[in-house]
Amino acid sequence: MLPHGKIASALNVATAAGRVAMVPFMTAGYPERDGFIDTLREVARYGDVVEIGVPFTDPMADGVTIQRSSHAALANGVSLQWILDELAGASGINTPLVLMSYLNPLLAFGFDALAKHAAQAGVCGFIVPDLPYEESGEFRSALATENLGMIQLVTPATPEARLEKLCAASQGFIYAVTVAGITGGSQDLPVDVTDYLDRVKSCASIPVCAGFGVRSAEQVAELGAHADGVIVGSALVEQLEAGKDPSIFLQQLVGK
Amino acid sequence: MRVDLTKAERKKLLMQLIAGDLPDARGRYGPFGGRYVPETLVPTLERMERGVHESLSDETFLGELDRELKQWVGRPTPLTFAGRLSRRWGVEVYLKREDLAHTGAHKINNALGQALLARRLGAQRVIAETGAGQHGVAAAAACARVDIPCTVYMGAVDIERQAPNVDRMYQLGATLVPVQSGDRTLRAAIDEAFRDWVSNHDNSYYLLGSAVGPHPYPYLVQRLQSVIGTEARAQILAMTDALPDAAFACVGGGSNAIGLFHPLLADESIELIGIEAGGRGTGLGHNAATLATGRPGVLHGSYSILLYDDDGQIQETHSVSAGLDYPGVGPEHALLQATGRVRYVSATDTEALEAVHECCSAEGILPALESAHALVGARNWARENPGKRIVIGLSGRGDKDQPTLSQQSSDTNDTVEQPRSLTVP
Repeated sequence: MLPHGKIASALNVATAAGRVAMVPFMTAGYPERDGFIDTLREVARYGDVVEIGVPFTDPMADGVTIQRSSHAALANGVSLQWILDELAGASGINTPLVLMSYLNPLLAFGFDALAKHAAQAGVCGFIVPDLPYEESGEFRSALATENLGMIQLVTPATPEARLEKLCAASQGFIYAVTVAGITGGSQDLPVDVTDYLDRVKSCASIPVCAGFGVRSAEQVAELGAHADGVIVGSALVEQLEAGKDPSIFLQQLVGK
Repeated sequence: MRVDLTKAERKKLLMQLIAGDLPDARGRYGPFGGRYVPETLVPTLERMERGVHESLSDETFLGELDRELKQWVGRPTPLTFAGRLSRRWGVEVYLKREDLAHTGAHKINNALGQALLARRLGAQRVIAETGAGQHGVAAAAACARVDIPCTVYMGAVDIERQAPNVDRMYQLGATLVPVQSGDRTLRAAIDEAFRDWVSNHDNSYYLLGSAVGPHPYPYLVQRLQSVIGTEARAQILAMTDALPDAAFACVGGGSNAIGLFHPLLADESIELIGIEAGGRGTGLGHNAATLATGRPGVLHGSYSILLYDDDGQIQETHSVSAGLDYPGVGPEHALLQATGRVRYVSATDTEALEAVHECCSAEGILPALESAHALVGARNWARENPGKRIVIGLSGRGDKDQPTLSQQSSDTNDTVEQPRSLTVP
């Protein structure tokens, strides 16, 4: 199966089993650089797809938690090259992995070399929060040579025509941002979030995962009724930085 | 995103820029520019782009802007013949006095224009970032003038070194938010302003202070700042009946430089020189000489020249002048460097501090530390070009730098009260 097909397929398995797919996010090499692969294994056991954050100095779409984890990971010496090397050396992780990175570290690596190394490391797709579809041609072409997926974000502020375009362009899944804001919000989900997710679903031919500000089992259940999966980022990073067992938290979220 | 342009491409792009055909429909200045923002802001920027084009071709809007620039900002600012600097340097020196604009720097030209635009577009609040505090003060004043609440993000390091401007922002009614994240200077303040805007895109207008950021900001800021170069060109023609041989401006993000240079691009005989912050000297982290030592990358919404390491991580910069302490530069400058039309050099902290003192004692003008970088570039150029006529963009006044200037003089002298020993012929 092609790498980006693995993402959709893993999410569809959850849907077929009648449960909400879980996409945990963790910042690579945080809180400890040495424990990265061990933490990833643990998180991957309870995730259908795992999103791995590549740290960046200026994460402008992220709230305080992911800013903190990002800066600490950089201070720990984490780089994109190191992440890919670690992933390439890790065996037995069967959960599809996607990298979340701001554009500049990808540019510095070089798109063509990145696609090759990422494929070798078992990465199936990318999420790039500061790369709108209109600017993504060159990166998409590079990913296409290795059949890696480019996952598009859509938000409640996305107009209808644009929503259709982004849904058609996205590969693996569609990342439906629940609030037009930054990650890690602690406020309640917007009241019209379910209507919005229904709109996204109606445009989508691949799974839809909802993210930003998801931190409780109630929210997972509410969002899961209107989306195929949920992405849990800041709340999980907070558990990890407090030294807590991610498996307990992730199981709680899906009501186990 | 190829940036190694052929000679023919360079020539063509410069012609397009002069003809007003750049940025293109995608917000590009050749390879540079574009719109690299979180998805939430894409529709917001598309709406804003339409608003910018409508406003800048609307006689009513332009008429109000022009009236406010005259009555409230105090434009045109003078072009001052600097007689004693001229004698010292052996060239004819003219200073374009943006320090005399309301609030004390060129920043007000842009802040006023964008505040009027924010009101026209129906914004309920304005967000701004500031480095030296000049843009924060200008934004606070302009928002008070057009009656829109204003929130200013400022790095904690900058709050400390630009204390006088912090007080002014409070007086003008702005809400000031100290930024403790990242490098706690201008770059972190822009990150934080963007986060606010992403979260409040439906009711807020982001009043960006330099010629950087996603399309249409670099274009909008250039349009609003071009009043500097347009006035200077007319003034020097009226005073001397000739164009200058060269023009100089400091470059951080590059708004005052683009304002002076853009209207002079078509005058091929005028050499254009931008001066970046050379800080403590060479090496990543010791300066903010982006164009001299950077490479292409993406930060704060556009593809331009940046300072970053081999892993793509943005570098911390150093400059004695907060307004130039930034690891990026506007995309139009990146193109102007690539085409060769503008040459970019740097001035060190020490040279800039000396230039402040020289300008004070020779001309009775206290320039901002930022503007002092332009004086250094001009003085160095003058050594090789005696007898020529030059215009220097004096982008702002130096009152705000008193904490730094006092600190520097107590660092270099044992006594706090040290008389200036510079003698002027």
